[in-house]
Amino acid sequence: MTQLKARGVVKAYGRTPALRGITLDVAEGEIVAVTGPSGCGKSTLLHCLAGILRPDAGEVSWNGHRIDTWSEAARSRLRRTEFGVLFQFGQLVAELTAAENVALPLLLAGTRRREARTAALSWLERLGVAELADSRPGEMSGGQQQRCATARALVTEPRVLFADEPTGALDTLTGEQVLTQLVRLAREQRTMVVLVTHEPQIAAYADREVILRDGMVDHTGLGLDTSLPGGRR
Amino acid sequence: MSTPHVLLGLLAAGNRHGYELKRAHDERLPRARPLAFGQVYATLGRLQRDGLVAPAGQEREGGPDRTAYALTGDGRAALERWLAEVEPPMPYVASTLFAKVAVALLVADADRARAYLVAQRQAHTERLRELTAVKTAPSASLDDVVAADFAIAHLDADLRWLQTTIDRVADWHREVHS
Repeated sequence: MTQLKARGVVKAYGRTPALRGITLDVAEGEIVAVTGPSGCGKSTLLHCLAGILRPDAGEVSWNGHRIDTWSEAARSRLRRTEFGVLFQFGQLVAELTAAENVALPLLLAGTRRREARTAALSWLERLGVAELADSRPGEMSGGQQQRCATARALVTEPRVLFADEPTGALDTLTGEQVLTQLVRLAREQRTMVVLVTHEPQIAAYADREVILRDGMVDHTGLGLDTSLPGGRR
Repeated sequence: MSTPHVLLGLLAAGNRHGYELKRAHDERLPRARPLAFGQVYATLGRLQRDGLVAPAGQEREGGPDRTAYALTGDGRAALERWLAEVEPPMPYVASTLFAKVAVALLVADADRARAYLVAQRQAHTERLRELTAVKTAPSASLDDVVAADFAIAHLDADLRWLQTTIDRVADWHREVHS
């Protein structure tokens, strides 16, 4: 069974600890929300799981292979083929049209131009923005850009989609539409989703929630455990 | 919620008897508590007494007689007034949620209050997830979506308060017992 695993992942920025031993499993087809207050390590965890950052200690494995020991080139290849990444601001290439942006990951993976464009158009259609295929990001609204970015993240039909506050820059209704489409498409393809958010309403789209606090998984938030350290603000 | 005014609103669409009113209520307000038959008839009785609705004939479909009701002129005016009235923005500090934490802090320690908050947050989160599933289901009607949105927004506000209070509870306990 396909699995993404983190075991005792530690990461610091200089002397500032960001992750202090995170252990987490994501199963095939599962949508997991990673939540917690600002600075709790949510985004750092996502970057470590996606192979963008290398942990200082601990392991990250994908389908039984430890990817934290892989070279940057190998992890980068993994991100082009099996992983998709979506950030708060779509980070579309300003000079390219929507269709060119969406086709980009396929072109980088060696797909022929015509096939890549056909796939890009089909994904823009699924996200409801087919009419924007030849528009550039500067000509689109924030919601339209994020739909294109979602199409770009899904065009390679990744096994895992990493989404970092994907609706953070959108109004409630637009954010909801983007997220509903993202979740529906992910479920159709049995794509795992790791969804970083600090919004309870967004986390509610996931199958389960992992709460981080001070760089650790806060198990106390999941039940009736009363053994919290006293005196914490 | 104001059941009398909701019934007046449903009658504004045309004459209906009690059973139809109950069905229309539960259909239009799918996340609200279903209306009991007894409540429908008791409310209709009061509305008739106040001259806001009037009987509009009997209907018999192989069963007992059923009285249909119509909105009167006064009833329509009352409905219009209600619709034009802005509801007072209620800070729900009188809610059981808030009271329970405050009492837990008085009679027990910060851990007890925190345990309650954590369990409550879990229950709220689960409900939020259920409602999200309801509104994102392909079969969801706009009635379902709008009603779920309303419940979600309120649960979301509660959740933010629960989280913030979890973080404050130790200081609050110290202040209560200082």
